[in-house]
Amino acid sequence: MSGFLTRGTGRGGKTGFLAHRAGVAGAAVLAVAALVAVIAPLLIPADALDVTRVTAAPWQSPGADHWLGTDHTGRSVALLVAQGAGTSLFVGLTAAVLAVGIGTLVGIVSGHFGGLLAGALLRVTDFFLVLPALVLAIALSTVLPRGLGTIVLAIGLTSWPSTARMVRAQTLTIEARPFVERARALGGGHGHVIGRHVLPSVVPLVLVNATLAVASAIVAESTLAFLGLGDPTRISWGAMLHQAQLHGAVPQRAWWFLLPPGVAIVVVVLAFTLVGRALEAVVTPKR
Amino acid sequence: MRLGVRLWGRLGGAALSLVMVAVLGFFLFRVVPGDPVVSMTRGRPTTAAMQAELRTQFGLDRPLHEQFWNYLTSLLRGDLGTSFTFRRPVSEVILERLGPTLLLVGTSTVIAVGLGLWLGVRAAWRRDSAFDRAATGVSLTLWAVPTFWLGMLLMMATGDLFPSRGMRDTDTAPDFVSQALDVGHHLVLPSLTLVAVVCAEYMLVMRSSLLEEMHAPYLTTARAKGLRDDLVRRRHAVPNAVLPAITLVFLRFGLVVAGAITTETVFSWPGLGLLFYDALTGPDYFLLQGLLVVTAGAVVVMNLLAELLYGVLDPRVKVV
Repeated sequence: MSGFLTRGTGRGGKTGFLAHRAGVAGAAVLAVAALVAVIAPLLIPADALDVTRVTAAPWQSPGADHWLGTDHTGRSVALLVAQGAGTSLFVGLTAAVLAVGIGTLVGIVSGHFGGLLAGALLRVTDFFLVLPALVLAIALSTVLPRGLGTIVLAIGLTSWPSTARMVRAQTLTIEARPFVERARALGGGHGHVIGRHVLPSVVPLVLVNATLAVASAIVAESTLAFLGLGDPTRISWGAMLHQAQLHGAVPQRAWWFLLPPGVAIVVVVLAFTLVGRALEAVVTPKR
Repeated sequence: MRLGVRLWGRLGGAALSLVMVAVLGFFLFRVVPGDPVVSMTRGRPTTAAMQAELRTQFGLDRPLHEQFWNYLTSLLRGDLGTSFTFRRPVSEVILERLGPTLLLVGTSTVIAVGLGLWLGVRAAWRRDSAFDRAATGVSLTLWAVPTFWLGMLLMMATGDLFPSRGMRDTDTAPDFVSQALDVGHHLVLPSLTLVAVVCAEYMLVMRSSLLEEMHAPYLTTARAKGLRDDLVRRRHAVPNAVLPAITLVFLRFGLVVAGAITTETVFSWPGLGLLFYDALTGPDYFLLQGLLVVTAGAVVVMNLLAELLYGVLDPRVKVV
């Protein structure tokens, strides 16, 4: 593990993860976000987020009582943003795991087993790669009952194709190598070749892909929630912006209701992107 | 001969994709838990008799295979069914909204492609320069920005400078120039939003595409000939690097479609994206199905165009 962080100091200088400052900064931001997501539900009293029980005036600009102001019902925007971190991170992570899981499976199967099955899988992958994922996700979350599970499913089921393409390419590359041929000649079956040779070489790329997938999944979640397709019982950053749009935060110039959730999305998504790019640079060193 | 086979292969692939789009459109809205009529009439006072009548009207009382057959044959005739909310043919409603979307998406794409490719070339040519760092940083940040939020921010930041709702005012003089100016005025914020988000993607694509070419031997040759740096870039590096970038522009057409949905929703731009929003808030399954089939079909066709264009632009691809 330490090799991964501070790998050798060759001609090109340090090539480990710690050498990529943007990636390290991203990781730090994510650690803070995760901490907030875990602590917020424990510390924030339920009354503060219950529309029927808040006592503060609506649309208050930032001040001593509510340092990020209040929303259209009088709830504190700061508390809402903290509470929303959990939903956004949860959906982002689970949807990314689902998408990358499907992508890896499809990629390895279509790369390892040739023939009709591979052809059909490749065809389906290309089909879904071309289709606008968000449009499909919107359609899926409109027909399924509203809820967290639906959002995760809608994003996960529509964003796997790029992973599948990449994993397939890597599988084909590895299986063309002499050592895999040797393993086959010595009697290694499908399970052996996939488990001992293909998977280990695919895992680093898949991890990079998963990190970047979380970033797009969080944006996708916020978009679905903004369109009113989110889980109505949960607070998320996208759902806050949906409320802001619905209740006219823009005409009221309520910047304190509009800025914090959006900035939170951008910061977390950017952090995942930076970590992903740094991982990519570590995993696939340039010449 | 070879070219013919390749062309037919591409056309066949695209045709198969279109069929898959049609099948997906049908099953996505049929094989769902719950009765579509019940969910479409939710919140409205309806009796069981009215629901049964609606079911007959939309053909939902027939067996699934019969529905599927009817759907396919109507689709071939250009009939996308009847919208539940508009009470009119879906194809008619979609056609009406096509113009504004083409205007918005067309304007934004042209600007975004031009700006994105130019920025990408400049950033890659001076890799790790201040310009490169700034452009890449801004692009990565914009990539992380949800389109709709950017739209709302722009709307709030510009105040009353630009209109933020719809495509034209009702009290504008009917002559062409005033109308065009009014539409242009309304177009500023939505197209700015779409450009910002899409441009970032193109810039990053162009940058990495040119970086791939940076160490190619033919550039060293061009420099050894004594060509100015500027000419090496313009005449040798960029023409080679721009091909994959242009193809990607077409391939990412789906991205523009997605951006249009949220942008039009934020700015009430009366195009297909806003229609999407109306259809999902209904929910109007038949309209949504029609929109899905039309947009997905358009993306498939754009993709085919990209592949064909690539073959024309790059002679090396012909033999593949």
